[in-house]
Amino acid sequence: MVEIVQIIGLAMVVTVVGAVIKQLKPELALQLSILAGVTIFILVMDKIRLVIDLLQKLAEQANISSYYLFIILKIMGIAYLAEFGCQICRDAGENALATKIEIAAKVFVVILGIPIIVAIMETMMKLLA
Amino acid sequence: MNFDLILKVAGIGLLVAILAIILTEAGKKDQAQMVTIAGVVVVLYIVIQGLADLFVLVKNVFNLY
Repeated sequence: MVEIVQIIGLAMVVTVVGAVIKQLKPELALQLSILAGVTIFILVMDKIRLVIDLLQKLAEQANISSYYLFIILKIMGIAYLAEFGCQICRDAGENALATKIEIAAKVFVVILGIPIIVAIMETMMKLLA
Repeated sequence: MNFDLILKVAGIGLLVAILAIILTEAGKKDQAQMVTIAGVVVVLYIVIQGLADLFVLVKNVFNLY
C-alpha cells in the first residue's frame, strides 16, 4: 500500500511544478503531465496483473474457456489504453481527437466481441431449433 | 521506480523556460526559439520512451496481440 502514497505525492509534485511551467512553456507542461500519467499507469499495471491472475485462476476453476477470458482481457486493455490517450488529448484541448480515439476504441471492442456474439447467436439458434 | 524521469523532465522544463526568458531579454529571440524547440524534442524523446514501456507492459498484462 506504499504505492498509493507514492502516487499521490507524485501527482502533487507534478501539479505544482506543472503550474509553474505552464505559465512559461505550456507545451513542456503538457509533456510533463503525460509522463506523470505514464508513471502512475505503470505503477497501477503491476497491481492489475495480480487481479488478472486471480481472474484466470477463477476461470480455470469454473471451467470457462480461456479463449473467452482472453477476449475480455483484451477488451479491458483496449479500454484502459483508450481512456489514457483520450484524457491526454482532452488535457491538451483536443476534444475532437479525444472523441475519435473513443470511437476507434469502440470499433475495436466490437470487433473483438464478434466471436462472443456469434457464440451467443449459435446457442440461441440451437435453443430455437 | 522511474520517478527520476519526471524530475528530469520538470528540470528541463524549468531550465528551458528560464533560458528562453534570458535569451529573449538579451535580444536573441531566434536563439530562444531554438532552445525551446530543442527542449521540446528532448522531453518528447523521454516521454516517447516512457510511453513505449507502458504499451509493452499493457500488452504483456492483457495479452494484447
